[in-house]
Amino acid sequence: MSEKASYFNEREHQICVVARMVEDARTYWVAGGGSPMAAILLGKKLYSPNAIYVTEDGVIAPEPALPFDPLMTMVTSRSSYRALQWGTMNTVGFHAQIGLMDYGILNTLQVDPYGNINSTALGDYEGEHRRFGGPGGADSIASLCWRTILMTDQQARKFVPRVDFISSPGFLDGSEGARERAGLPRSTGPWRVATPWAVFDYQDRHLRLTGVSPFVTVDQVLAEMSFKPKLADEIETLETPTEDELALLRTELDQRGQITDVGRWVAMAEDGSFAFVEQEKGGDPSLPGSW
Amino acid sequence: MTTVDVLAEGRGEFLKVDPDGFREWVREHKDRALIPKLMSDKEAVEKFVSDGDYLLYECNYLQRGPSSLIREVIRQKKKDLWLGAKFTWVTAALLVGGGCVSKLDVGFFLFGPTVEQAIREGRVTAYEYSNVVMTNRIMAGAMGLPFIPVRSFGGTDNFAHSGAKLINDPYTGEPITIVPALNPDVALIHVHQADVFGNARIFGTGISHQEAAMASKKVIISTEEIIETDEIRRDPARTTIPYYVVDAVVHVPFGAYPGEMQGRYASDVPHVIEIVASTLRGLIPQYLEKYVYGVSSHQEMLDKLVGAHKLKEIVGRATIKEGYTA
Repeated sequence: MSEKASYFNEREHQICVVARMVEDARTYWVAGGGSPMAAILLGKKLYSPNAIYVTEDGVIAPEPALPFDPLMTMVTSRSSYRALQWGTMNTVGFHAQIGLMDYGILNTLQVDPYGNINSTALGDYEGEHRRFGGPGGADSIASLCWRTILMTDQQARKFVPRVDFISSPGFLDGSEGARERAGLPRSTGPWRVATPWAVFDYQDRHLRLTGVSPFVTVDQVLAEMSFKPKLADEIETLETPTEDELALLRTELDQRGQITDVGRWVAMAEDGSFAFVEQEKGGDPSLPGSW
Repeated sequence: MTTVDVLAEGRGEFLKVDPDGFREWVREHKDRALIPKLMSDKEAVEKFVSDGDYLLYECNYLQRGPSSLIREVIRQKKKDLWLGAKFTWVTAALLVGGGCVSKLDVGFFLFGPTVEQAIREGRVTAYEYSNVVMTNRIMAGAMGLPFIPVRSFGGTDNFAHSGAKLINDPYTGEPITIVPALNPDVALIHVHQADVFGNARIFGTGISHQEAAMASKKVIISTEEIIETDEIRRDPARTTIPYYVVDAVVHVPFGAYPGEMQGRYASDVPHVIEIVASTLRGLIPQYLEKYVYGVSSHQEMLDKLVGAHKLKEIVGRATIKEGYTA
């Protein structure tokens, strides 16, 4: 592994954490853009070259043309380059439905202790609420892949006791067999949640904190959650990005800084500790914030 | 005797399911003979898109979609459409912003003030699905069936706002979600090549174009290129959509603009940024004024607002050709 980077964006760190989770010779159904796509590509390039991914536009196992444009990642010649098959959304959906997809990688607006995901509405759906775009492919990814990895930001408004609207299913009410009673395939469900600050798994279908980033404390993570997660007996300190990871990310996967545009920057001090630093807003100024 | 219990059901309105009615429509309206169907985009939309129709478009305004036809639908001020808004990106905002829409079956759309306000003010009602549940519904419609079981969607809040039901599967005894088949009134599909009868070729990935073409009462194909039927017959495995489901063929070079047409032209990046920003910032009326109402046709938009230099540039950036040539 190459040298540790001394300066990085917290979202770059999050992508690197997920990239290192990618398992060789496994199949991934990846949300068609943003951090999940960057994570699988980084993982494949550096650690697990035989990991396979599909996207909901029917692309099976591509070798996409780089540099990657996170702005347009589906139904393009670059993103579908050198695939093994060009199918359709139904193709990929059915591949997942027969059990071919080991992992799904998603991002979202809101998540609750049982891993339920909201990408539809913040507030009261029947009354005052702010409307968002709906589940897209995430409902199928969260239902049909064997294990689901969720990427989101560490914010109290994102980790809520109950999501305002279940767009994509986690463990539903958290009771044993709840997914099966709702008609979902058995032995599936949420597996990990990764934020720029922390990693969680699930114990008895309930979110459990297992690792925190070296630039924050456990208390800081807990302060950015509107419920108390379970805590692992030992909380691991997450590895920060290497220079190799960042070089690949910045030159080939997120050239314009679109993914990291709202992330905070972190610097390593001489004693090896990490802390947030103020930095000019990155990203393409012609794009709306938080693209 | 096994009885099938309904364990839960959504309360969302859904397009009436009528497989026999659809068969009769197909019997009566789909020409079996090879007859030329070539017409202008204006004529095709006038003839085949009616107020109150359930409208499906394959892919979307930015991703190998029927963008010129979508602009024409808005230009003709079609009303009261019910959109199959799967994988829809900015398209929902454009059609809602154009006042064309009263109902949305949501899979995914790029959110923003235009659709949000329309829903809040009750001008548009949203029903909640997912992208794949929508393409499964279209597949059921293409198969001539009344519904299809799905292993996703159960337990979500979408379910409550949809036409889904949870039943006991009479074969396994386990709970299973079923969703209503979808037979849209009209589908708009953009393709790489077609002959005048509607035998069409799409090169590359897609969402549910084959299923949509089979499931829809009226099908408008827009194509980058018209080819001879002999060319189709030389390589029938490349026919994506057969003529007898197609009602109109429109020859529209750069029909997917501002989106990419794989193998032919890249997307116009500044234009994509402009429409995405317009969607997020509620500036859809200004966008429509410029690119839809401000010109009389797709060709006029290309001539006046895009220009030969830009078209040459986007063609030049489509450097990947593998898989996109017959």
